[in-house]
Amino acid sequence: MTDTQQIAYIAAQAADARVNVELETEGMTLNIGPQHPATHGTLRIIVRLDGERVVAAEPVMGYMHRGYEKLAEVRTYPQVTTLVNRIDWLGSFANEVPFILAAERLMEVEAPPRARWIRTALFELSRIANVILFLGDMAVQLGAVTPVFFAFRDREFVLNQIEAVTGGRFHPNFDRIGGLKDDLPKGWIEETRGVLARIRTFCDEMEDLVAGNEIFEARTRNIGVVPADIGLAYGLSGANIRASGVDWDLRRDSDMGLAHRELDWKVWTHPDGDSFARYWVRLQEVREACTIVEQCLDGIPSGPVMAKVPRIIKVPAGEAYVETENPLGVMGYYIVSKGELVPYRVKIRSASFNNVSITPWLLEGVYVPDVISILASPYFILGDIDR
Amino acid sequence: MDTVDDVEAPTVDVARDALVSTLVEALGDGFVTGEVHPGVDVWVRVAADSWLAAGVALRDRCGMSYFNFLSAIDWKPSPYGRDMDAQVDGPEVSEPGPMEWGTTGGETRFQVLARVHDPVSGLGITVKADLPDDRPEVDSWIPAYAGADWHEREAWEMFGISFRGHPNLVHLYLPGAFEGNPLRKDYPLLARRIKPWPGIVDVELMPGDDEASEEGDDA
Amino acid sequence: MNTLTLAVELAHWQQTTIRAVVGLVAVLLPAGTLVYLFLFKMMSFMQSRLGPMEAGPYGSLQLLAEVGKFLQKEDIVPENADRIVFKAAPFVVLVSTFLLVLVIPGGPDLMFIDVDTGIFLALAVSSISVIGILMAGWASASKYSLLGALRATGQLIAYELPLVLAVMGVVIQAGTLNMQGIVMAQAEGEIFGFGGIGSPFIITQFLGFAIFLIAVQAELTQPPFDMPIAESELVTGYLTEYSGMRFLMFFIGEFATAGIFSALAATLFLGGWYVPGLDPTDNLFNVIGPMVLLGKIVLVAFLIFWFRFTYPRFREDQLQTLAWKVLIPLSLANIIATGVLKVVF
Repeated sequence: MTDTQQIAYIAAQAADARVNVELETEGMTLNIGPQHPATHGTLRIIVRLDGERVVAAEPVMGYMHRGYEKLAEVRTYPQVTTLVNRIDWLGSFANEVPFILAAERLMEVEAPPRARWIRTALFELSRIANVILFLGDMAVQLGAVTPVFFAFRDREFVLNQIEAVTGGRFHPNFDRIGGLKDDLPKGWIEETRGVLARIRTFCDEMEDLVAGNEIFEARTRNIGVVPADIGLAYGLSGANIRASGVDWDLRRDSDMGLAHRELDWKVWTHPDGDSFARYWVRLQEVREACTIVEQCLDGIPSGPVMAKVPRIIKVPAGEAYVETENPLGVMGYYIVSKGELVPYRVKIRSASFNNVSITPWLLEGVYVPDVISILASPYFILGDIDR
Repeated sequence: MDTVDDVEAPTVDVARDALVSTLVEALGDGFVTGEVHPGVDVWVRVAADSWLAAGVALRDRCGMSYFNFLSAIDWKPSPYGRDMDAQVDGPEVSEPGPMEWGTTGGETRFQVLARVHDPVSGLGITVKADLPDDRPEVDSWIPAYAGADWHEREAWEMFGISFRGHPNLVHLYLPGAFEGNPLRKDYPLLARRIKPWPGIVDVELMPGDDEASEEGDDA
Repeated sequence: MNTLTLAVELAHWQQTTIRAVVGLVAVLLPAGTLVYLFLFKMMSFMQSRLGPMEAGPYGSLQLLAEVGKFLQKEDIVPENADRIVFKAAPFVVLVSTFLLVLVIPGGPDLMFIDVDTGIFLALAVSSISVIGILMAGWASASKYSLLGALRATGQLIAYELPLVLAVMGVVIQAGTLNMQGIVMAQAEGEIFGFGGIGSPFIITQFLGFAIFLIAVQAELTQPPFDMPIAESELVTGYLTEYSGMRFLMFFIGEFATAGIFSALAATLFLGGWYVPGLDPTDNLFNVIGPMVLLGKIVLVAFLIFWFRFTYPRFREDQLQTLAWKVLIPLSLANIIATGVLKVVF
């Protein structure tokens, strides 16, 4: 806790203490977190309450700050991927991709087509692995316990497929500058088709069980509405900004260096900008991710998975910023290279940091139960905030 | 943004050139230099005094409504090198070299940089500004982009750059009593001071076999 | 239809002991059944997992293991807590539960007390638990507990009303407040001249049954009405500071109350211990009656727990809106319709 927060907290406590003396109703300061069932991680939110209405909310982060930007300055480029794996730990392969792409841009190396397509497939599989957990977790935050078990059940199959290729379930560390570590194992493509069918069934289940539930709608419709301009100014990204009606998806609108632009899929938006819209857009995105992976499986070109790169990787001097449309939103790396083995500076632009920075604005004036609904719907991963 | 790999990368980038000339027009003397990598990306460097004006101009005149990030770079090389006590993959840098700047160059030690986007055209731009060495200070971007709030708090605690007009410049990640600015290059990586990085050698000794001779290779 | 009559004469203390033991069984047996059947097994099935499998066949002894675990745990009292009230609160909740079981008949001659205003007594004593919850929340000296307790109070008071009004329809139709009388009215009644299955009030009072179940769900503070617990918002609400044995008492109270409210619903709407086709005065019912009742309890509890495991929870204001704007007008309309029909036929 910072000094001013400390002072504000003490002042608030003193104000609460006066209540007993003067018998007036006054606000109450409630700490949600850092250990609280709703914060799935160690986010802490200090809320000032008037009854159950939030007067002011102040997120406190840093309980999990691991200093990756500093660490990246002493690690060689291939070593950095093991670090960035741990930023958004639910979709960890997707974290490696923008970093590798930025390094490739500086080195002017191009991954072979097969590597690009497999990257795309794994990228979207990590999106599925990440977002289906949200689809279940959002229901848990609102009190329905069952959907999250479905999410974990079906996520297992996705992780199995990722593990079959990369050898890692949580931290694949599979992407290399110039391509991929390995080719696909035998029979993987057929197995993955079966898994995608399961995921589609799961999406239908969630649509019936959660999105179609009257109570869920009552709890999320018109809750936490983010207008498009506010969302853009705060740098919201991914499904959060698309749920506010902004039709912007880096996979379609910029060439991230993956195969998305060669495939046929759709970007979903929702005009409402509320919690329900964010849930709904993510639900559709999982379905689109299934479509993308299916097309990848059909169209993976043959050839090598690794371009010719030197054994010891030295990245030429220069600066590059590459961002991709990760499961949580836009994730980018600003790499400053001085032509050495290690990057001179890496700025990690993680999606959740911006997505959560809007919460003080959003939480003002809502009820405590809605705090949970609003906190859950932008879908943050603590590692993605604290880095 | 196109990839570098694009074979027929255009040599002229109309949209990005227009962006730069709009900024030149809006900022006048405040505009220092710009660099366009055709089909890839664009950088501009502005004077520290025009920092906020650049943000406002980007938002209002260039359609850059999307705030991406704001951070800083410390261009003074670290005196600690890679901060490891056994260098297997490179000689240790003991004498910090002279300051070398990256894209769009630079003049002072600290450079603040921010990136904004136009979600309609898909263009992004990186803006930089050199901060005076004696007093690394710049206007806050909050009037232009509300989302700059937390990014500026992060830059403040990590680099010691203060932002004029920021309403709540307090620690974001670090504990309240923390002293120092960890992302400055002259701030040592303390974890390495205490214990050498175990990843420097591939085999870490198992507990119990300090000589690792009688057990054979159990790694 | 008097109190328990056995072939042998028993001294008063012996009768009292038997009643106490039977009462304990009557509270704990349905509670244990519900926990094992629904919380352990049905919930696991619905969530694609096995649930407890190690302790006993299919984990049937898991419940005993859990009880043993809780009994071993330290009984922690927060430093700033009001110690006496904090410690007393679970007992108050349990008292409410045990008093409820008194009026539920298990057979033509099987009941603890036979009061003329049986259902009235049941509804009255069920409100005692609110006091226990409020005590727990206030004495815990925790903000989460306090918020949970206040939510619970507002909710339980709001849902007492639809609960009582839903029962009114049954009472009008049966013409008595006596629980045994209500069972008899269903056993001997007939629906529009067809008496083959008696007249379980669920058919004529279906609206009342639905409102009763919804209100019971709220009384039990289960999803979708579990705001007082609301583990994602208030940690566990008024239970936050409890551990060990006292937490276990709240837990037993919760499930025993679920069982007894199911028994009330079974008695009021499903014919209680009666099965169609037999003579309700048959002595056989003193033997199979409790089992029939248990079966019906499981049926009703299935509905309650089904909702519990699948539904998200309401918000406070939505909950109050539902009670005051939907359930109460509906139950009033139900009473009027029942009264009119009663007079007409």
